[in-house]
Amino acid sequence: MKIKKDEVTHVAHLARLEFTEAETEKFTSQMNDILMYMEMLNRVDTAGVAPMTHAIAQKNAFRDDRVLESLPREETLANAPDARGDFFRVPKVID
Amino acid sequence: MELNQLTIHELQEKMKAGETTSTDIVQSVFRRIDAVEKDVHAYILLTREAALEQAAHADGEIRKGRFQALTGIPIALKDLLCTRGVTTTCASRILHNYVPPYDATVVEKLRAAGAVFTGKTNMDEFAMGSSTETSWFGITRNPWDLERIPGGSSGGSAAAVAADECIAAIGSDTGGSIRQPAALCGVVGMKPTYGRVSRFGLVAFASSLDQIGPFTRDVEDCAILMNVIAGYDPKESTSVPAEVPDYRQYVSRGIDGWTVGIPREYFIEGIDAEVLEAVQRSVKVVEGLGAKCTEISLPHTEYCLAVYYIVAPAEASSNLARYDGVKYGFRSQDGRDLLDMYKKSRSAGFGAEVKRRIMLGTYVLSSGYYDAYYKKASQVRALIKRDFDEAFKSCDVILTPTTPTPAFRVGEKTDDPMQMYLSDIFTISTNLAGIPGIAVPCGFTRGGLPIGVQFLAGHMGEAKLMQIAGAYEKSAHLEKRRPNL
Repeated sequence: MKIKKDEVTHVAHLARLEFTEAETEKFTSQMNDILMYMEMLNRVDTAGVAPMTHAIAQKNAFRDDRVLESLPREETLANAPDARGDFFRVPKVID
Repeated sequence: MELNQLTIHELQEKMKAGETTSTDIVQSVFRRIDAVEKDVHAYILLTREAALEQAAHADGEIRKGRFQALTGIPIALKDLLCTRGVTTTCASRILHNYVPPYDATVVEKLRAAGAVFTGKTNMDEFAMGSSTETSWFGITRNPWDLERIPGGSSGGSAAAVAADECIAAIGSDTGGSIRQPAALCGVVGMKPTYGRVSRFGLVAFASSLDQIGPFTRDVEDCAILMNVIAGYDPKESTSVPAEVPDYRQYVSRGIDGWTVGIPREYFIEGIDAEVLEAVQRSVKVVEGLGAKCTEISLPHTEYCLAVYYIVAPAEASSNLARYDGVKYGFRSQDGRDLLDMYKKSRSAGFGAEVKRRIMLGTYVLSSGYYDAYYKKASQVRALIKRDFDEAFKSCDVILTPTTPTPAFRVGEKTDDPMQMYLSDIFTISTNLAGIPGIAVPCGFTRGGLPIGVQFLAGHMGEAKLMQIAGAYEKSAHLEKRRPNL
């Protein structure tokens, strides 16, 4: 076993997801299959190989420091499930 | 032939000659949609009224003698490209009501070139899938056989072009999501070089792999669309500041004297016999065009899938952290407090495959596992890219099958994620290496399902792909067929 049920539950919390008991069972088994498959990478000698982070060689892409128009506040808030005035409204954060 | 069955360049000639109008073309497309969409379900949203307005505007321009690259041509957009004022759902419940306040750069460019938008096409949720079966809005079916899947994740775009429900379409390709459905639906599909087309306004899946590209009826149309959508975008920091050649010029140049590499690792056990046969016939066609085909080796090919299913979910888990039920999209009303609201919104808003990939990605990035998975995968990824760099020292392009099998049946692989992932085995390496690839129809199975051959080139080698795909298409003399819907 690469991953156990309690680890799946912990990862779910990190990912801000929650599952029923049955879903956790299924995910544990499927994630094990997938992680077992990935074991094959250990056969590859990668000593001294720099990890590739991007497909093309590139340096920082800087733009000119010019002030451009921003989206109007109403448009930014228009998609919010719960907006009040100029704010996004959320359930209580602290007790 | 009906107008909705023609290519972009054929329609442009007819409009220029005054034989037809954009309004006629758009009406012809929507008549077809009315007739077959209930069976195919290529679209999540149709924008008929706006399309007719855009067509009327295009016709006005044409009367004034103003023709742009796509004036009056009906194009479908995959529903992960932001369209100002038009819902963009990513086929997910979590974005089911999201109305972007801006256009993706690609959409802006198509609009500026005079295109007419027919609607937003169906896809696997967040582009995660190979069959368009994970959409929250229901599955899309393959126009060649309604019992089969169209491929994915851009299955709606591929099916819409194949079923004549648009003239061309735009999709995105993270591990094969343009080329695989193009092959399974019998159309041309191109994944450009990473950085060739701006991703600004594309809902992100795996940012180091995602790339936008066209679905068309022929290679010339592919070149016409690439001429419009390619190019540097200051809003997208990974877009490459390089000149865009006129791709159309390359379509009829021929490939006399070229060397075409045939990687032995792509002709493996498990590949469907009829697919193999069709691809081998393509090799003969290419040789007949004066190219030399030689066997090459891409030794790290067998690791591509494992690398991909670490890198892509890792990036996805980070990209999809933004869906929190606060700023846009679905919010669960059952949350007791903020944390509970996040969990309930995300758990009810995402489908099973998306959650599986977020979980995998979170796991491989989590403390203690990063080096074993993500770092290791990124190192092997560097070796995969090095294989291609070496190969392109001795050949102009590479020829492979696009998919190991023709379209599979609806439901056949939904319970086994590993089997589903294996259907992208020939397309994933391209994204890992960041190189361009094109899928071109190369025949049919005896049961009447389309098969596609794939050509790959080095970085920024799209012109070469137009050249070989154009030459191949012209000499392959494939039977002209249309799906019987």
